[in-house]
Amino acid sequence: MSLTLTPNISDPDGFYAELIGGQRDLSEEDALRMNARLVLLLANHIGDRTILSEAIRLARAPGG
Amino acid sequence: MSNYVYPRFHYACSAEQRSGTTRRHPVVVIGAGPIGLTAALDLAARGQPVVVLDDNDTVSIGSRAVCYAKRPLEIWDRLGCAAAMVEKGVSWNIGKVFFRDQLSYQFDLLPEPGHRWPAMINLQQYHLEEILVDACTKSPLVDLRWKHRLVSLKQFDDHADLAVETPDGIFTMEAQWVIACDGANSDTRRMVGSEFKGQFFQDRFLIADVRMKADFPTERWFWFDPPFHPGQSVLLHRQSDNIWRIDFQLGWDADPDEEKKPERVIPRIRAMLGESTDFELEWVSIYQFACRRIDQFRRGRVLFAGDAAHQVSPFGARGANTGVQDIDNLAWKLALVLRGEAPESLVDSYHEERAYAADDNILNSTRATDFITPKTRLSRHFRDAVLDLAQHHAFARPLVNSGRLSTPTPYVASSLNTPDRTSLAGPMTPGTNAADAPVIIAGQPGWLLNCLGSGFTVLTFDSSVSADEVRVDGIAARVIVVGRDIADAKGLLAERYGASSPPTYVFRPDQYATARFPQFDETAIAESIRRACGKDGAVQQELAA
Repeated sequence: MSLTLTPNISDPDGFYAELIGGQRDLSEEDALRMNARLVLLLANHIGDRTILSEAIRLARAPGG
Repeated sequence: MSNYVYPRFHYACSAEQRSGTTRRHPVVVIGAGPIGLTAALDLAARGQPVVVLDDNDTVSIGSRAVCYAKRPLEIWDRLGCAAAMVEKGVSWNIGKVFFRDQLSYQFDLLPEPGHRWPAMINLQQYHLEEILVDACTKSPLVDLRWKHRLVSLKQFDDHADLAVETPDGIFTMEAQWVIACDGANSDTRRMVGSEFKGQFFQDRFLIADVRMKADFPTERWFWFDPPFHPGQSVLLHRQSDNIWRIDFQLGWDADPDEEKKPERVIPRIRAMLGESTDFELEWVSIYQFACRRIDQFRRGRVLFAGDAAHQVSPFGARGANTGVQDIDNLAWKLALVLRGEAPESLVDSYHEERAYAADDNILNSTRATDFITPKTRLSRHFRDAVLDLAQHHAFARPLVNSGRLSTPTPYVASSLNTPDRTSLAGPMTPGTNAADAPVIIAGQPGWLLNCLGSGFTVLTFDSSVSADEVRVDGIAARVIVVGRDIADAKGLLAERYGASSPPTYVFRPDQYATARFPQFDETAIAESIRRACGKDGAVQQELAA
């Protein structure tokens, strides 16, 4: 299996609003804290090391 | 400020210095710390005379290394010292990690029963060294020389000249082999011009030995960002004689001279222990650390071991524990080469196997350090998120890294191994140190590792085997038949060695498995022993003259 790069979220606008809305009233410090927790929670859910490595590589590469 | 009375060992002018006759010694060890003393004992146990030089005349100042793991205890047991260490030390298995004022995570080092030695003991380095010095003094083969400082070293093809300074002046010794165990700031390493490269960490730690009667359990307690030392980490370990070791992370900006002063140290400890706990400060030191290793463990006639060869951060107790395993790896090879039973190239496998282990230790140690001292604001957020989540969710607990405690590194790809030709059950693959297990010997309960002894040993689960030994090139490997020589006391031997199809194991003198076979095949066993001695090819039939 490889990293899913085709649309996979059933409610894109709703998800995006929830992500941004979840941080709206947070200070930048608290938002960073939340992001770190979110990354860890999602990473554990995925679990597959190959996919995690691919995501880390892709997230780092500008424009990729 | 210490209650411990440091022994003064007697300096004696050697006969060779007095007479001015240069003697050639088979092995000279530089440094009488835990690694140098272990080297002397291991060589002596293999019948090899050894001289140890130390520039001082006492033991380690302060508790220093503190934690000794199961594998070194097994090695010291082979050398007759482990029981005294465990008796004097404090055994522990439980580690707790706190984040701020909450317990974040707890671990147990030895969930598996049926091992002779505990997962870890805490013991002040000075006590450990006293036990080792005592054993060296009793050995007729160890010549321990205090107040002997190596001042220069010159290499030749088959030996090195050592200029040594004592209170009676400078004299020259010759050594076929030199084992440099003179620590992270090794002068010997500088004398041979070796590189010592790696990563320095921009952080400082205050370490204090404190004498007190306290209610803390015998566990390793590690705090991230505790209320009594905000923003930094603290580590607490119990040692013997009511001495506790406390490590405070101070950060890079701390002034080491200032922070060492009792008037700076005592309030830190008071904040941690509370106003009502009485304590005395025994010893204080400040350190910063690096993770680095020497480029080559062998330079001509000089072999490097312990901190002289590699340095790691203290998290994980990988310093002294690794150094003892360097010696475990080196001593039998050197003894075989000195007796002419193995080619000199066997000594080069010391670098191959132990540099590999050092890299593994450095990797683990660097990862722990990156977790404990985050380098950026964002990495600190990740670290704190892990600690925070670990309190509530099991998934985050394996990510908490306050030091992964020392376990042996298997030599998985060593050229001395005979790789499995058929698929065999069990985790004891070639290059793995023998797992201990309870056994019955002559009707008495005992332990497998004590049966293996200090030579090559064949362990077979095939009860039809009648051989007592396998001989090759003058080396005799003792054969232990399970069911004939030892009995599997609790079924753990079969479990740990995958005895479903009766396998045969070949162990090296350091009790590492070097080969395993599905049947007892004398030719294959002999070939694997030759290979483990650094010889190539099949067993040679001796030609008639």
